[in-house]
Amino acid sequence: MTEQAADMELSRETGQPSAAGAERAAGVTGTTAGPAIAAATPRLRQICGPDAVLTDPLQLRTYECDGLTAHRCSPGLVVLPESAEQVAAIVAECARAGIPFVARGSGTGLSGGALPRADGVLIVMSKMRRIITIEAASRRAIVEPGVTNLAVSKAAQPFGLFYAPDPSSQVVCSVGGNVAENSGGAHCLKHGFTVHHVTGLEIVTPQGELTWLGDGTGMSPGYDLVGAFTGSEGTLGIVTKIVVKLTRIPEAVTTLLAAFETTGQGGAAVSAIISSGILPGAIEMMDALAIEAAEAAVACRYPEGAGAVLIVELDGPAADVERETAAVRAICEQAGSTEIRAAHDAAERTAIWTGRKSAFAAVGRISPAYIVQDGVVPRTALPDVLDKIAALSAAAGIRVANVFHAGDGNLHPLVLFDDAIPQACAAAEELSGAILDLCIEHGGSITGEHGVGVDKSRYMPKMFGADDLATMQLLRRAFDPAGLCNPGKIFPTPRLCGEVPGIRRDPHPLVAAGEVEQF
Amino acid sequence: MTADSIPAPLLAACPGVRLACPADGVAGAQPSYVASPASTRQASAVMRAAASLSLAVLPRGAGTRLDWGTPPSRCDLVIETTRMDQVLEHAAGDLVARVQAGASFDHLAKVLSAAGQQLAVDPPASAGTVGGILATGAAGPRRLRYGAPRDLLIGITVIRADGTVAKAGGKVVKNVAGYDIGKLFAGSYGTLGLIIEAVFRLHPLPGASLFVTLECADAAAAYSVMSAAVTSPLAPSAAEIDWPGAGTPIRAGILLEGDPEGTPERADRLRGLLGSTAVISDAPPPWWGLGAAAADDSTVVRIAFWAADLPRILAAVQAAAAAAGLEAAVNGSAAAGVIYASLPRAAGPDAVTQFLAAVRAAVGQGPAAAARGPRAPEPPPGGPATAPGDPSASGPAPGGPAAAARGPRAPDPAAAPMMRGSAVVLHAPAGVREVIDMWGPVPSLGLMRAVKDQFDPEHRMAPGRFAGGL
Repeated sequence: MTEQAADMELSRETGQPSAAGAERAAGVTGTTAGPAIAAATPRLRQICGPDAVLTDPLQLRTYECDGLTAHRCSPGLVVLPESAEQVAAIVAECARAGIPFVARGSGTGLSGGALPRADGVLIVMSKMRRIITIEAASRRAIVEPGVTNLAVSKAAQPFGLFYAPDPSSQVVCSVGGNVAENSGGAHCLKHGFTVHHVTGLEIVTPQGELTWLGDGTGMSPGYDLVGAFTGSEGTLGIVTKIVVKLTRIPEAVTTLLAAFETTGQGGAAVSAIISSGILPGAIEMMDALAIEAAEAAVACRYPEGAGAVLIVELDGPAADVERETAAVRAICEQAGSTEIRAAHDAAERTAIWTGRKSAFAAVGRISPAYIVQDGVVPRTALPDVLDKIAALSAAAGIRVANVFHAGDGNLHPLVLFDDAIPQACAAAEELSGAILDLCIEHGGSITGEHGVGVDKSRYMPKMFGADDLATMQLLRRAFDPAGLCNPGKIFPTPRLCGEVPGIRRDPHPLVAAGEVEQF
Repeated sequence: MTADSIPAPLLAACPGVRLACPADGVAGAQPSYVASPASTRQASAVMRAAASLSLAVLPRGAGTRLDWGTPPSRCDLVIETTRMDQVLEHAAGDLVARVQAGASFDHLAKVLSAAGQQLAVDPPASAGTVGGILATGAAGPRRLRYGAPRDLLIGITVIRADGTVAKAGGKVVKNVAGYDIGKLFAGSYGTLGLIIEAVFRLHPLPGASLFVTLECADAAAAYSVMSAAVTSPLAPSAAEIDWPGAGTPIRAGILLEGDPEGTPERADRLRGLLGSTAVISDAPPPWWGLGAAAADDSTVVRIAFWAADLPRILAAVQAAAAAAGLEAAVNGSAAAGVIYASLPRAAGPDAVTQFLAAVRAAVGQGPAAAARGPRAPEPPPGGPATAPGDPSASGPAPGGPAAAARGPRAPDPAAAPMMRGSAVVLHAPAGVREVIDMWGPVPSLGLMRAVKDQFDPEHRMAPGRFAGGL
């Protein structure tokens, strides 16, 4: 076992890494690549070709963060493999030399899951973007991890099929990244998350072996390693082929926008819709501050003066959708909706969604900086939690805009502040943490879709006890006893000075360039 | 320690401990003790006591599916969950229920239906406990729409072999915090630990359910019906077949669920697609969902495959049966890629082994069959398949002169081939089950062993019951 691995040995009592191991695991910003990486570089060049191995510091810096731009660390080395065999050989070399490694898809992640290690290798998967096969009659496709989420749906579309998990970054985010984070999207209440749509994974184990998990049927005998691997945030291995389930494109889709005076009324409408037995494809909500930001950014022309807007999407057989649409209208009216709009074509549907999809980027217009959270509460607790967030916000004198997946209780509170003011960022972080505490108190989760990564690892002990975390570590030890595979993610390590909380100033470069929408 | 008296640590752990009797045998293995804890605390104490005594432990709910799985290599203590039978929470507004593992599925269904909700699982008749359904992955016709029990699981509490109580997931549907230990335990046959509580996401009960059934002359016709149902926009909840024997027609049935007005319309549309011989009824046909049931102690094999392979698999099943001198009856969720083949009780272990080898080869369970790898892509209707930004959409990893110039390559992709299905024996009569290979080869057995070694280092949890001899 390497020295690093020994440091990663966990304390039996606490399930936490040893102090030395924790420091190593957390990564130290700014140090240069060590001798181990220098020694391994010729072999890595041999595996991938010299053009696919980056050592120039300026090039390395371009990979220093993912979508969580506040956490940055230049990798020791970057490699861009083109095949599963190359990935296996790279990892085998890292394992032999005791070098930690991190996999990166498209770099759109929002929890720092692809944050590199200064003493490690960053394995960038974006060159592996072939759609290997589509077997439409079995409703399956086999894709490489660098394929974008939307590319799968586009390739499936001529067969009348689509790939259901649809994170808002789907134009750019990779399916491999989706597997790592168990990504959801607006439509996951009805259609499920990545783990419901993946039935086989070819992975490179942290020892550098290629192996298949599952067999594509979803009913492979033995332990459900596909289910355990999905959502493991790149800590159990690197996925090199993905067998995805494809879903029949619904016959009809209707989108409704309903305005309310308060989020309480909107929440009551959501509850009534769910209780009536209707399962919409999506239910989203925005509060007044979020609407104001969206209006400033994209002039979405949501109903003026609305305290909250609800976007409800229904999909399925045409006659059923028609009936459900009428029922949802009636429910919204009864809940006090002041205005209801229905989309009659694709253009109107896009218009309704534009405001919602612009919300994250839009708050940049009304605030110099913000922190976005990803907590979840039970749906029925939404009104109470929103009231409490409002109270916390008022008490702290810090504005919070609320955008959320009302159907499943996944909140994205946007805590707004001016980072030029001293103490403002610490106060915003404290409020942000208080909101997560609220979520946990109400029986929810610290992360609904963005993942834990480095961003929320310090909250894990609030949600899980020491025995719970130690049990999860058993799985990690089974796959990665040496502790080299994306170490320092998910599970808490002592905080080092210089770690900055997840503050956002600018939108992600891709969002600013208009290439991707961000939820 | 003899079987005549209960060791002191066990007695101290839980009042509900007794000596086992012959009825407590599991597939021919006779335990010494049975413990019935009434709480998580007691169950944890029992597991700790068992660890201190190095007892092999077998979890048991209602015992309805103890015949599934290889007979255990050791069995000292049965830990019974049926005293922990409460529906702890039913948050109807959130469509979430938290249940003790020993709660009967039927009791849970009743509680949920009072609020117009359901746990969308079709267990075999004699459903047993919620924990048992989760641990065996028992599912039925509506898996096509709702998935397996693991797809509905959002939180779990388990007791490890050393008595540690641990939870994962939570009470909300949307949750990616930490590893999904629930998925790991689902379908694990008690070999990783004891499931003590489960949290599920629920669905509304449909207002109406209609069954559209018809007879098909042969496998090709049955496949057409399955295909028509799933490619239609009618969102079927289930698409099943029943084939009593090679010489008889195949019966097909499609389940449509929804509201009372819309469902009859959809059923009419479906009959329009399938032909006028299709019959619409609000009751299931008598053969519905019987696949996993081992009627008359027959050998039952669950065959999983890629859905488009149905005609080939049906032919392979009949050919394999005939070659082994047997008759096979087939029933199951053909459109979801899983069917059950029953072989007569009189079929001996050699014949069953021969049957299994042929079917496993046909579905691609195993290294030799799996070397075939992924199939060539199908052209979409009206033109060749293209993937945006990708010049080629088929074939194995890139090779050629450029790659050769880079130096020695790692092993060929065929070294880690993908299997395409499986044939697992769920039940076999005494005399057969001890001899045959009930599970067949499994992918990544090495990783599974590593997981087992971490969770149950002494291999005391249901040893030998599971795939790969785990």
